Amino acid sequence: MREQKTIFQNIDWVMTGLFLALVVLGWMNIYAAVYNDEHNSIFDISQKYGKQMLWITGAIIIALVVLIIDANFFTAFPYPMYIISTIMLIAVIFFGREISGSHSWFRFGDFGLQPAEFGKFAVGLALAKYMSGLNIHAADLKTKAIAFFIILFPAGIIVMEKEAGTALVYIAFIFVLFREGFSGNFLLGGFFTILLLILALLVNKIVLVIVLAIIAIAIGLFIWVSSRNKKKAKRGLLGVFAILVIASFAVFGVDTAFSKMKGHQKTRINVFLGKEVDKEMKKKAGYNINQSLIAIGSGGVAGKGFLQGTQTKYEFVPEQSTDFIFCTVGEEWGFLGCTFILSLFLALILRIIFVAERQRSAFSRIYGYGVASILFFHITVNVGMTIGLAPVIGIPLPFFSYGGSSLWAFTILLFVFIKLDSNRLLILR
Amino acid sequence: MSAQYSDRKYVIIAIFSSIILIFLARLFYIQVIDDQYKLTARNQAFRYMTDYPARGNIFDRKGRRLVYNQAAYDLMVIPRQVKDFDTAEFCTIIGIDKDQFEKKMLKAILPPNSSRKPSIFEKEISVEHSAILQERLYKFQGFFLQPRTLRKYPEPIAGHLLGYVGEVSEKITDTSSYYRDGDYIGISGMEKAYEIPLRGIKGTHIEVVDVHNRPMGSYMNGIYDTIAVAGKDLVCSLDAVLQEYGEKLMQNKIGSIVAIDPSTGEILAFVSSPGYDPNLLIGSTLPKNFRLLQQDSLKPLFNRALMASYPPGSTFKLVMSLVGQNEKVISKSTTFFCAGGYNYGGARPLKCDAHHGSLDLTAGISRSCNTYFCNVFRSVMDNKKYKKMEDVFTVWRNYAISFGIGAHLNTDIPNELRGSLPTIERYNKIFGEHRWHTSTIISLAIGQGELGITPLQNANVVCIIANKGFYYIPHTVKSIGKNPNDPSLLRFKEKHYAQVTDTAYYNVVIEAMNEVVKHGTAAASQIPGIDYCAKTGTAENKRVINGKVIQLKDHSMFIAFAPKENPKIAIAVTVENAGWGASWAAPIASLMIEKYLTDSVSRPEIEKKMLDADIIHTNIIGKQKGY
Repeated sequence: MREQKTIFQNIDWVMTGLFLALVVLGWMNIYAAVYNDEHNSIFDISQKYGKQMLWITGAIIIALVVLIIDANFFTAFPYPMYIISTIMLIAVIFFGREISGSHSWFRFGDFGLQPAEFGKFAVGLALAKYMSGLNIHAADLKTKAIAFFIILFPAGIIVMEKEAGTALVYIAFIFVLFREGFSGNFLLGGFFTILLLILALLVNKIVLVIVLAIIAIAIGLFIWVSSRNKKKAKRGLLGVFAILVIASFAVFGVDTAFSKMKGHQKTRINVFLGKEVDKEMKKKAGYNINQSLIAIGSGGVAGKGFLQGTQTKYEFVPEQSTDFIFCTVGEEWGFLGCTFILSLFLALILRIIFVAERQRSAFSRIYGYGVASILFFHITVNVGMTIGLAPVIGIPLPFFSYGGSSLWAFTILLFVFIKLDSNRLLILR
Repeated sequence: MSAQYSDRKYVIIAIFSSIILIFLARLFYIQVIDDQYKLTARNQAFRYMTDYPARGNIFDRKGRRLVYNQAAYDLMVIPRQVKDFDTAEFCTIIGIDKDQFEKKMLKAILPPNSSRKPSIFEKEISVEHSAILQERLYKFQGFFLQPRTLRKYPEPIAGHLLGYVGEVSEKITDTSSYYRDGDYIGISGMEKAYEIPLRGIKGTHIEVVDVHNRPMGSYMNGIYDTIAVAGKDLVCSLDAVLQEYGEKLMQNKIGSIVAIDPSTGEILAFVSSPGYDPNLLIGSTLPKNFRLLQQDSLKPLFNRALMASYPPGSTFKLVMSLVGQNEKVISKSTTFFCAGGYNYGGARPLKCDAHHGSLDLTAGISRSCNTYFCNVFRSVMDNKKYKKMEDVFTVWRNYAISFGIGAHLNTDIPNELRGSLPTIERYNKIFGEHRWHTSTIISLAIGQGELGITPLQNANVVCIIANKGFYYIPHTVKSIGKNPNDPSLLRFKEKHYAQVTDTAYYNVVIEAMNEVVKHGTAAASQIPGIDYCAKTGTAENKRVINGKVIQLKDHSMFIAFAPKENPKIAIAVTVENAGWGASWAAPIASLMIEKYLTDSVSRPEIEKKMLDADIIHTNIIGKQKGY
């Protein structure tokens, strides 16, 4: 086995190029979003766009460091990293600075670090390590239990940090499990769970349970009539009945869980569902979605042009440089710009999947799917939120949103995969 | 394991791709198909601000300022944007109390105003107050100052002619796309007639505001803005000095002076007395002062020079002389005998002031003999060439119209009165069809009866005589901006001919008018060094008071043009209820002529007498004349 000659050897330039393109475009859009005439240099570090430049510089250094580190480091130590990450997640609850109700940030002077952003990386590695182990069979109950534990344990801690939005991202790992042989029912289950939760909030619960019961009976009858093996059919019926019971509990449980959510989160979800809520609260939360739609909608086909946005620049849109950065794209670059940016994201994700599939090592493949899934989930929720297709959950748009933690976390996430890929011909894992 | 489930990558790719496609479809809908967001974005972030151009100034014919603008500010409010502030301080600055404040605020919110749109909170804040306010405006969110221009008149003259500017009425805002509530518009006089060049064109600029309604500058560097076009200055034909002098001469008298340059039709002086100080009808003081002026029993708002109709009296004899000559029923040498009256077959003869004896046309004019002109009228009417009374009457009537009598002259001053020129129908109605003939309507011969003529028309008749057969439409504007050939002024450059065009006929009349000054009724009003032509007039007037027809003191009238050769000024003076034309109207006219032509007055004692005379407050009811 040969050693690498330079750290750039065998680097996948497609992924690297897309990464750089997205980071630079993100920087330009942050500049446009918070632009003001007094500080019109994009390098002015008193402004967010100047700071973002520093974050980007940092991200590139981090990427280089990741490429320098021996790939074996990432394959050898996922569990210690997982443990360290988990400890950090717990520690931040006690030692972190409280920011608008949540305990998820370590502050060092001006500098802030959010362990939850890095947690995804640790979970991705740990999951890859576990799932690529010998004698792992997706069908085994033990495998399932441990895999879900690896994913849900940190997610649970993050919920305790009151960062439910970030915790939600961990659902994305279901795609990884699906690829590795977990039943498609998990995917469907995940989908229906989300659907059911939303319905439970919308529709009268008793009606919903009755409808579910009728559907269950119909399916049961169908199984009974159509199957010859009555023994198997009995088991099928039992399964249907069990699902009905669980679903009913879930439906009634939603209210309880929901009522325990933080005030602002509750409103955000209620607004998304279009339900009547306290007028003042609705005004505020609905305002965000509405302003976001106005900004994007007013962009038209080709947009208003760079720095010509009025809705984003003049603070009509909230959080315009972080969670709602996509509004700037929509307003200033229009439908064409949105299509371009979303195409870049899709291209990156598809490239990651393509590269993951060419790995000889299961570890690298699983990790790659983890990266793709996380990116996909972030994009879906973030962009979906700005165009009114997803509830307002404050998670960043990868590489685009202002902020060091998320940019660095995504950079590490991606470049570890690029590093693993560059070594695919050298080492067989 | 990997190979086993490798097909699942397609499921995942399909899910990922379809989500992105759904997003693109949604984006296509909100960005390309649905316009709602674009409109909302505009309404939110754009303020359409109106730029009011400065209204044009008005100068007199020698470049003296008649009307200019003075700066003032309106305090505007957008009620929705008002945040908590120190009301007490605010009220102190603009000098109102808390009740007034609440009332004004309420007014700004209730229809037709709206809490979203700017409306006027306090009008015309003085420059000092606005300076204080401007400094502290940051404390009072939702309020802003809008510059306004108020008209200002350096001399309190020519109010009737200049007109005034006031807030536009609802009737106009409903029908016009240009004017909006609170805009100013010329309401009368030149301000109304020349509204469009004076006002200029409003501009709009789009101001981008942020979520806190702070202005953030113009949109796209103003490529969608329209620039306000300043109003054009007008050069008015008035001579401000002459106008002021005329108004002084007419003080404490009811009546009017119209002076026109016959060679151009430009109005030199346009006095209606009593008048008013145009500075009274400015901005917010307008409604109150307007009401006071309206209630004044002397009707100072009434523009007598343009809208009062008087029997022309003896001045009409000039027209009759021209018509008679043109019809060839009389000539310069035609003589009639006056025995002190004209017996037309009625109970009493139409009296003359004196037994004139045998008179030719010149003497008939210069001595203003009623008998002579009754005979002229009869000669015209009894002309054998016309078969029916109606035919000859129509001929006579058309002559009168061609002299600008009984018809609109279409001057540029709005609300011109036509005056009255009787019609066949009118006489048929009074006397019955075919039941009227020359002697029935004989008083027309001497400018009485059913005839009514405005001072402007009277002055125009003088212009026709001075020009020997034509006139230019009397008008008030010499040039718009710097352009004397503005399309809207071209109609004032056209000659309008009277039906009598033979200069020989005019020469006879002019000589006779010259005789009036030299040896006739106006001999007392000669001007040293200026040879001019004139005709006195004394118009009877009756009014119904308490159900009885009362003979009021005659109107003193005088028309003249000067100098005799190459006339520069034609003038018509009317002093109501003042008696003989020679006693009041003539001296006033002669002073005006002298002032205009020589810029000085050589007869201070006459000037003093005229300035001091108070005719309003003496008894206007004259002695009863019996006939």
